[in-house]
Amino acid sequence: MRRDYVTAFFALMGSFLLVYILLPIFLIIGKQLLDFEMLVKTLQDELVIESLKNSFLTSTATMLISLIFGVPLGYILAREDFRGKSIVQGIIDVPIVIPHSVVGVMLLVTFSDAILDSYLGIIMAMLFVSAPFTINASRDGFLAIDERLEHVARTLGASKLKVFFTITLPLAMPSILSGAIMTWARAISEVGAILIVAYYPKTAQVLVMDYFNNYGLNVSRPISVILILLSLFIFALMRWIAGKRNVEA
Amino acid sequence: MLRLERVSRRWKDFEINNVSFEVIKGEYFIILGPSGAGKTLLLETIAGIFKPEEGDIWLEEERITDLPPEKREISYIPQNYALFPHLTVYENIAYGMRLRKFSEEEIKREVYELAEVLGIGGLLHREPKTLSGGEQQRVAIARAIAIKPKILLLDEPFSNLDIQMASKLIGEMKRWKKELEFTAIHVTHSFEEALSLGDRVGVMMKGELKQIGAIREVFSTPKSEDVARFLGYENIIEGEARGRTFYVNGIKLELPKEAKGRIRIGLRPEDIILSKKVLESSARNVLKMRVTAIEDLGSVVKVEVESSGIELRAIITRSSLLELGISEGDEIYAVFKSSAIHIF
Repeated sequence: MRRDYVTAFFALMGSFLLVYILLPIFLIIGKQLLDFEMLVKTLQDELVIESLKNSFLTSTATMLISLIFGVPLGYILAREDFRGKSIVQGIIDVPIVIPHSVVGVMLLVTFSDAILDSYLGIIMAMLFVSAPFTINASRDGFLAIDERLEHVARTLGASKLKVFFTITLPLAMPSILSGAIMTWARAISEVGAILIVAYYPKTAQVLVMDYFNNYGLNVSRPISVILILLSLFIFALMRWIAGKRNVEA
Repeated sequence: MLRLERVSRRWKDFEINNVSFEVIKGEYFIILGPSGAGKTLLLETIAGIFKPEEGDIWLEEERITDLPPEKREISYIPQNYALFPHLTVYENIAYGMRLRKFSEEEIKREVYELAEVLGIGGLLHREPKTLSGGEQQRVAIARAIAIKPKILLLDEPFSNLDIQMASKLIGEMKRWKKELEFTAIHVTHSFEEALSLGDRVGVMMKGELKQIGAIREVFSTPKSEDVARFLGYENIIEGEARGRTFYVNGIKLELPKEAKGRIRIGLRPEDIILSKKVLESSARNVLKMRVTAIEDLGSVVKVEVESSGIELRAIITRSSLLELGISEGDEIYAVFKSSAIHIF
């Protein structure tokens, strides 16, 4: 019986955070639905449409770039032992501890005009803060694969590269994809670094801040709701696709 | 056919040290040794997963020491079979053939033929995780054989199976090796596998091959004390031999043949009979001893007896123990034939 009380207590404590996450989302969506007209009007605002497009394109590009560079890095970290490996591992986690405004300043100091106010700048800011998700998830995915599978494939005649593409990568794919989705999600929620590096072209998350600063809460609300709904939808869709692959594998 | 020359390699806590042996074409070679002896490391070095730090490996007169695994034409079946979980049984078996660019038709014919011999014809569309241990093993063998390797390496292939399944598959393995005509190195710690499958055996301990020879020969005449101990001669006594008599601490034993000087003799625990009275039997060696310990090993019981500083371990059935009605401290006669004694 005692264990039941413990479980109930833990569930109660845990649900506070759950409610805390859900409440604002439901409230903002609910409030906006009462003012449906404004929502429709915002959706017709070209500035809003353009910024949404910018946000989604740059996050998707960021995700793809993180895959191209992050998967090989994850593989090396999972399979090879070398001096300074723990340092490399530490470096990958650095973006998590640096305030994002500082990230923006650092990028500008490093690349200055080359990235200022450009799509490249947005993507670079996003990549800096979100790539660790792909790297770490691919590393974990590779680590979870029994190396003997790779050894056997080698003895059956596959080169190292062939083994990677026919055995290792397909098996690590669910993990890699879930990492990539987190990268995408982190990228589209990035504001701090983008604000400093590339105020223009306008992304939706920066536009929300713009509207709030210039016109107040009520005006920034509809675009916030649109951003929430679209992000959640795509996030859920990607997880569903990845989950389906997972089941198949 | 496959020849190792003084091969040494260290990896983590394991090592193989100065290992030399040769496997003849068509032979089923057993490497027998306790766990931790370096058996898996030896197989993986032969397969090319590890490079030897010293020594050379030759396959059909070609030096393959530096060849990567994919260039060796040596198939390797690890202990857990390592079936590719994302591929069907059919695709698992076809994997090596696809890399060799066989036509779809040839692949299909070969896969079906192997599946027929190995009795897995009904499983080809299944996924590995839905298979039992025995089925997985058959698939692993099919996948390894499909590339027609020059030699097949098997790492403890029966250790993940329950006893009944293992002995059934050991029987089938005999048939497969005839039908499929492969050369194999089979690593195991099981005497049963060695005795029922092996043509020759190498006993491996602490990274070294201690003795190589025909199975019966190695089991009947172990060359050194540690091999003998591993092969089940738990009782090893050191003493003085004069002719066919062996002297130790004032006790006399009859030897199976003449010997001279300081020697060691070995005796298997199951060759010792325990009796309350002096038995009238052909066994020439009868020692009056005292029971010092009785250990329950499940279906059998190990009894330790002692006299004049000599300790012997005997294995008897549970029912004999009940019949004898002995307990620690009791006096008893240990009886064994001189032919059960092995001289080192």
